[in-house]
Formats: sequence, C-alpha cells, structure tokens
Amino acid sequence: MDFQLSPEHVLLKEMCASFAENELKPIAREIDEEERFPVETVEKLGRYGFMGMAFPKEYGGQGVDNLAYVISIEELAKKCLSTTTIYSAHCSLCANPINQFGTEAQKQKYLPKLLSGEWLGAFGFTEPNAGTDSAGQQTVAVLDGDDYVINGSKIFITNSAHADVFIVIAVTDKTQKPSRACSAFIVERTTPGFTVGKREEKMGIRASDACELIFENMRVPKENLLGKEGQGFKIAMQTLDTGRVGIAAQALGLAEGALEETIKYVKERKQFGRPIAAFQNTQFTLAELRTKIEAGQMLVYKVARMKDNKQNYSVNAAMAKLYCSQLASEVTTKCLQLFGGYGYIREYPLERMMRDARITEIYEGTSEVQKMVISGSMLK
Amino acid sequence: MNIIVCIKQVPDTTEVRLDPKTNTLIRDGVPSIINPDDKAGIEAALQIKEKTGAAVTVVSMGPPQAEKAIREALAMGCDKGVLVSGREFGGADTLATSTTIAQAVKKLDYDLIIAGRQAIDGDTAQVGPQIAEHLGLPQISYAESVEVEENKVVVKRQFEDRYHVLEAEMPVLITTLGESFTPRYMTVGGCFDAYREKEVAVWGYQDLIADLSEEEAAEFTRNIGLKGSPTRVKKSFVKEAKGAGTILKDITADEAVDAIIGKLQEKHLI
Repeated sequence: MDFQLSPEHVLLKEMCASFAENELKPIAREIDEEERFPVETVEKLGRYGFMGMAFPKEYGGQGVDNLAYVISIEELAKKCLSTTTIYSAHCSLCANPINQFGTEAQKQKYLPKLLSGEWLGAFGFTEPNAGTDSAGQQTVAVLDGDDYVINGSKIFITNSAHADVFIVIAVTDKTQKPSRACSAFIVERTTPGFTVGKREEKMGIRASDACELIFENMRVPKENLLGKEGQGFKIAMQTLDTGRVGIAAQALGLAEGALEETIKYVKERKQFGRPIAAFQNTQFTLAELRTKIEAGQMLVYKVARMKDNKQNYSVNAAMAKLYCSQLASEVTTKCLQLFGGYGYIREYPLERMMRDARITEIYEGTSEVQKMVISGSMLK
Repeated sequence: MNIIVCIKQVPDTTEVRLDPKTNTLIRDGVPSIINPDDKAGIEAALQIKEKTGAAVTVVSMGPPQAEKAIREALAMGCDKGVLVSGREFGGADTLATSTTIAQAVKKLDYDLIIAGRQAIDGDTAQVGPQIAEHLGLPQISYAESVEVEENKVVVKRQFEDRYHVLEAEMPVLITTLGESFTPRYMTVGGCFDAYREKEVAVWGYQDLIADLSEEEAAEFTRNIGLKGSPTRVKKSFVKEAKGAGTILKDITADEAVDAIIGKLQEKHLI
C-alpha cells in the first residue's frame, strides 16, 4: 500500500490551504454571526475550479480524482464548515447524480453551468415525515402529457435559497415497494409552482442556508426525469454514499482545524507561570486527538481511493462518516476545554467549530443510520 | 507572442530564523516558496496572456527540487517550464546566475522577459537587469503595471516620489514589484495539469553549451558557478538593536553644532 500523496495531490493540498487561509478564514466568524451566505467566496470557488472538481473535463469539470476532492474539502473545512458545506452539497448532491445518472442531453444542459459555478446546485430529499425513514416520501409526481406534475414539500435543503438547480425525489408509483416507488427529477428554480420557503435558523453552519421547498402543481418536463422511473430511491442512496465521503472529509478537516488552533493557543496561554502546553493533561489530550485524526484521515482517504478504483465503497463511506463526525464532536469539545473560558467566548473560533461539528453527526444520514448501513452489511 | 518569466525558489523568510552561533539562515524545515516579486511577474505575464494569447514559459535556476516552484507556476496558468540545474552552476553570485539564465533564455523564443524585482533571500535586485545586459535588451525595472500595445510595452515604473510611464519596443526585459500584482491562486485542475499535461525541461551544463563554439563555451564556463562569481561575502552579522537616541530641544543652531561635534569627539569619530 502506498500512503504517499502524489506531487499533484500535494500541490492541490497547498493550493486549497492557501485559498482557505486567505478567503475562508478571514470571514468565517462574520458570516456565521450574520448568518450570511458568502456569495463572494462561492464565486471564487467557481473561478478556481472547485465547483467542478471531480468531474469530466468534457463538461467543464477539472477532471481530477476523488482523493483530490476529499483533500480539498478537508482543507477548506479546517477554516469554515459553512462554506465547505455549500461546496460539497453542490458537488456531491447535485452535479454528481446528474453526471452519474443523467442522459447526454441533461449533462450537456446542466453540467457546464454547474461545474463552472455559474449555477449552484441542491438536493431535495428530506421531508417533514421522511428523514431517517427515507422510504416514507410523500411528495408525489404524476405524469400528465409531456410533464410530471409534482406536489409536496421538502425541508432542511442545503443551498436552497441560492440554488439554480435541484435534484428532487418524488413518489411516482405508490403501488411499488418503497425502494421502487420514487423517481428523481432535475428541477430548475424558475419552474412555475416551485417556491423556496422559510430559511431555518440553525445551531451551526449558519452561513450555509437550509430552507423548505414547496411544490404546488409544479410541472417538470418529462425529459428532466433523472434515470428511469422508479430509480429515485437508488439514485438518492448512491448520491448519499458520495455525500457521506464528503461529510467525513468535512468532519476530519474541522477536527484538524480545531486542533491546529488549539496547538497555537496552548503554547501562548500561560498559567502557573508556564504555557499550558507544558502540562501533561494538555499533552496527553493533544496526543490522543492527533492519533484519532490520523486514523480518521486513513478512513477518508481509503474510501476516496476505493471510489476512484470503482470498488463498492458504500459501507466504508458509512464508517468514515460515522468515525470522523463523532471525532469532530470529540475534538472540538476537548479543544474548547483546553481553551477554558476563552473557548466559550465567540471571539475565539472554538465555540463556532463545536457548534458546526454537531451537524456532521446528523446530515446526510445520522450516526445511527451509518451504524444501520455498517451492521446491515455484516449481518446479511 | 512569447513571454519568459524568470523565477527563483526561496525559503519563506517569514519563517526563517538565524542560527545565533553561525549567523547563517536555518533553512531546515522551512517551506520553499516562489519569490514574491517573481510570483508577481507570473501574474503580470498571465494577465498579458489573457489579453493577447501569449505563451508563457517559466525559467528557473536551482537544485532539482526547484522544479516544484515551476510546477506551481504551471498550475497558475503558465504553459511550460525550464529548470536550469547542474553542479557546474552551484555557488553562483548574481553575475554568474544571470550569465547562466541568459544563456538558457537565448535558446528560447521571447518578446518579453519578466523577472521579479529582487529575491527575499538576497535582496540584490541585480539578476533581472543583468540578464537584460547579457542579452543586449532594453530594461525597465520596478514595474507597477504593464500593458502590451502591438510591438511595444507601456510600463508604469515606480520612482521615489512619483512614477514614470515608459514605452519600449519588444524584445524588452522588465522587473515587477510584488505589491503591484496580486498573484492568482493555482486552479484545481491546474495542479494536476502541471504534472500530467505540461512539460518541465531540465537543462544542464551540456544543454547550455551545445550550440556554442569552443571559444564561447570556454568563456561561458569561466563565467558560471562559484569560479565565475566575483562577489565574496566578507561578513554577515545580525544587526543589533539601536538604543533610544538623545533629543536636544530648544537650543540654538550653534549649540546644536557644539553638541554634535562634542558627541563625535567623545566617540573618537573625528
């Protein structure tokens, strides 16, 4: 096994680190406090190729691999999880299923604009009554002439206040078993009957938006069916597998970012006449967290490599997400403790990081869902 | 149009410390970067490329690991690179360095050569102008902006309390100021293309003398590397912090003269 990153991956890592340091870090606190979607940063993410990262060059993508994609997420998440969420939801949850399941015409129509960052993407799956029990979808699509007429609603949809294109899952045949009842659609924001509703007020990742989607007799042309009728659940599950790799990388990066901040702090902060880095409690805590981060990084890089090698990575994605998201919570909690009172003050980044960490254990499948996926593969 | 950008890989001096015993830079573990004024030169070249479709070649002299700096320039958008590397070139001062780089540049097509004003690990600001001299080119140093108009460049040159707008026919060499051109980031795909699609030629001593007559080669050989370097560093030292000065207030001109002369005599300076 080769644990060495290639020179191009190393260069990309440096590029992402420099971008995150100069573009994300300086406004991370401000956009969190103001709950402001960072339009200016998203524009730059497009300009420098992030929005089309692991997609084919023929559609305007950058043509790099999934390992590069997770490295970029990891680096950006060190500085601002809100911005990283916008980026990874766009790539993993919208551009990715179009690239994977779209017809040539759909790819030609949507990918160039999505991959250049001109358009922002979102994924509408979760409903008020269909979260972890994702088979309980109530949004319905009925074929009427050349259109599907869609009625229903979605909640907590990342990027929705600014997105131009949405992947929407809706029931097309209630008589089928849940795994075959749904279909996926590509829906443009300007479609009549489509409304983006209330923006949620969240605990963390407050600069990323999550809104309700409302469909009232929304007519979507037949050619916007993604994949075949009845494949919606499969498309959603495979999309979430990809998404989970991204969330694992987010959680990993966040944990690393928190640890980096803490290492700087413990060298400066003095108590009892010594920097608190001189105390064994500090040293042992840091050693333990660093070791776990190293393990988490192996899980994330491995699953990215499995995806690059076209291996089945679904269970490994669940493991990486489960481990890293729990780790992000642990690292931010323990690092905040090392910061002491200052950790609890909003001027310092730790409290934001701790709030942000919490979502990684919830979105794109809770930790419990990941355990269901992992144990399900063991007890077949 | 062909542009050559000369760059140097330098230790990031913001992270360098001096060894108090030897007074030399501790370079271990210090990241290497593209010299900031040179990175500005890359940006200037890429801006011209965007307007004119010029091809941009990056040239650097250094050890094999300096290839990384060239790859970074390629990831920013430059088209190809040349690394001039070999033991024969080692220990070079600015004269020997510029002799070597000029010889490499002669093997390439160029209309415009851009070099950074100066390197942060030497601060001499000599190599760019010397390359122009070796090549018999006009030079404009301290460029704040560059515009290409047909076969001319129009350059805004920084001067003490003003700036000059200069025009020169190409081929010409200019040196750029780091503060005037904010370098772009590499692009995502650029990082991969830099290694997978673009070429970095490595030229050694033999490559540089290949087209020279025997006499020319002998002269070139005399003028490169340590033996071609007339500069000797006599002493390097750390500046000591000055103490606070004395301020004499409310005195006449004559009293001030007496005070200054008195101090100078006290220190045996006069």
